[in-house]
Amino acid sequence: MRKNSTKLLILSLLAIVCVLLYGFYDIKGGFDYAFPRRMIRVAAMAITAIAIAYSTVVFQTITRNRILTPSVMGLDSMYEVVQTLIYFFAGSVSVWVVNKYLNFGAAIAAMMIFALLLYRFLFRADKHPIYLLLLIGMIIGTLLGSLVTFLQVLIDPVEYLSLQNRLFANFMNVKKDLLLVAAGILAIAFVFGYRIMDQLDVMSLGRENAINLGINYDRIVMNILILSSVLIATSTALVGPITFFGLIVANVAYQFFSTYKHSILILGASLISIVALVGGQFLVEHIFELNTTLSVIINFVGGIYFIYLLLKESRSAA
Amino acid sequence: MRFWMLIIAAVVLSIISLFIGAIDIRLSDLLSGNTDKMDIFLISRVPRLMAIIMAGAGMSIAGLIMQSLSRNKFVSPTTAGTFDAARLGILISMLFFSQVTYTQQIIFCFAFALAGTFVFMQILDRIKFKDVIFVPLIGIMYGNILSAITTFLGYESDLLQNVASWLMGSFTLMISGRYELLYVSIPAIILAYMYANKFTVAGMGEDFAKNLGLSYKVVLNIGLILVAIISTTVVLTVGVIPFVGLIVPNIVSLYLGDHLRKTIPHTAALGVVFLLICDIIGRIVVHPYEIPVNVTVAVIGSAIFLIMLIRGRAYAKK
Repeated sequence: MRKNSTKLLILSLLAIVCVLLYGFYDIKGGFDYAFPRRMIRVAAMAITAIAIAYSTVVFQTITRNRILTPSVMGLDSMYEVVQTLIYFFAGSVSVWVVNKYLNFGAAIAAMMIFALLLYRFLFRADKHPIYLLLLIGMIIGTLLGSLVTFLQVLIDPVEYLSLQNRLFANFMNVKKDLLLVAAGILAIAFVFGYRIMDQLDVMSLGRENAINLGINYDRIVMNILILSSVLIATSTALVGPITFFGLIVANVAYQFFSTYKHSILILGASLISIVALVGGQFLVEHIFELNTTLSVIINFVGGIYFIYLLLKESRSAA
Repeated sequence: MRFWMLIIAAVVLSIISLFIGAIDIRLSDLLSGNTDKMDIFLISRVPRLMAIIMAGAGMSIAGLIMQSLSRNKFVSPTTAGTFDAARLGILISMLFFSQVTYTQQIIFCFAFALAGTFVFMQILDRIKFKDVIFVPLIGIMYGNILSAITTFLGYESDLLQNVASWLMGSFTLMISGRYELLYVSIPAIILAYMYANKFTVAGMGEDFAKNLGLSYKVVLNIGLILVAIISTTVVLTVGVIPFVGLIVPNIVSLYLGDHLRKTIPHTAALGVVFLLICDIIGRIVVHPYEIPVNVTVAVIGSAIFLIMLIRGRAYAKK
């Protein structure tokens, strides 16, 4: 316990160092111009990092595995599907687009339904082996992705530009107007999540055991699915999808902290992902001076790590 | 399903394919010797049809060969990194030579497709746990890593748009002078037919094949070379078309079994029918514009693959 709190402290310091480095390193020209811009990016990265880490850890607890994540199962593609459908059927001047809250609400509602269906049909019954679920998730992702492309080809070019502007988000092109909303959502999610933290610890014992110990299992699962959908919607809206990030940080956190306590796991995973995102972006931008985006590197590293995890798991399964 | 039914379907669809497009061409125009329309017919429509036929037949047979050699129903150029390796090859040929010629591109693309598939087969050899789902999963991740490298190099050298164009499989630009490379796949298909029995035996496993007096390694390598040739011709002319090599052989194997000599003609015919249907849909939906064929293929293909995964697990295990 003591050791873990030291680790958390070190990680927090590391995160602060990363943020400061990113904020102050090699500022040329107008400080007043560059600094606030950098801070907006850092804020977006931090919110994304926490949202992804948080949702991945709780999602993995209720699905009882360490390989599937919400993004691997295609949840963030669902965000793009919803936005495309809205533009396709309602158009860019409809209330569904103009009113940001309504738009966000619709996206979250659809993602929730999707997550719920996934859970109902794939996870509830324990009969499906994990690799099958994984492959199904990936193919669902491909299906949704190509569906989006299909609809986008059909959309009127003017509408398409407006849609592209909404969907094309990355660390360099943060949606500033959404930043405050996203921070608010994250705060609410944390307040809500804090109350079920202990129950999550019990839930990692499995459904039957948890129910025996007096946990209202199905209701909490429901809440978590809502929570994950909201968080993934937030991060996707803010900086676009980053498929393998959640997988990496959650698994690093499990290894680093070796505990079942979600209060530590979630906090730790969040800090690790802030360090990885902000620090990684700092390295890419300032040290290596690459043109590439961080997500490309994350996908590369994540892919290799993923194969490693699969091979490791398969050894214990075989 | 009878073979003649597939042939009739292919012929009917071919005729439909010849007579749809932005400019209305009727049979009477061709018979009355309308030179303008005759030119369009010969320069654009006929080459397009030929390209679809060769790509459809070639890719489904490439998939069939890979499934037979790897003894896994879900291995195909899409799920073994072949296409991703081919794309990486094209990009590297562009980095390597400042004024890259078509021949150089073909050589690089072929070499990488071959090497990429070979590496995957080597990885397969090392894996002890040869689950029918697990293997394509590793293959997809392997492909993701390769394409992350491609994206990275593309970013750094500002060639990303070039690379993206190879990803977009489309028959729109298949006019005479741009598709002839595909004819190279015809001898490859004929060779595949001649080697069909050997592939079937090789598919029974290395020890068994050697017992029957087959030089396993030679047959394996010939199979991989054929796959690489077909993939190269398709990627360099049409672009990447996913899923055809994955689902077509599986559907044929469902009703005809796994004896390659028997299934190769069916697989080729069904591949042509499938690709023709997808292309015709893409041309009709936004007439007179077009949706790239890889989009329609991905939507239909991933949906079929999902059904196969969820429903047909018992079958795939056999």
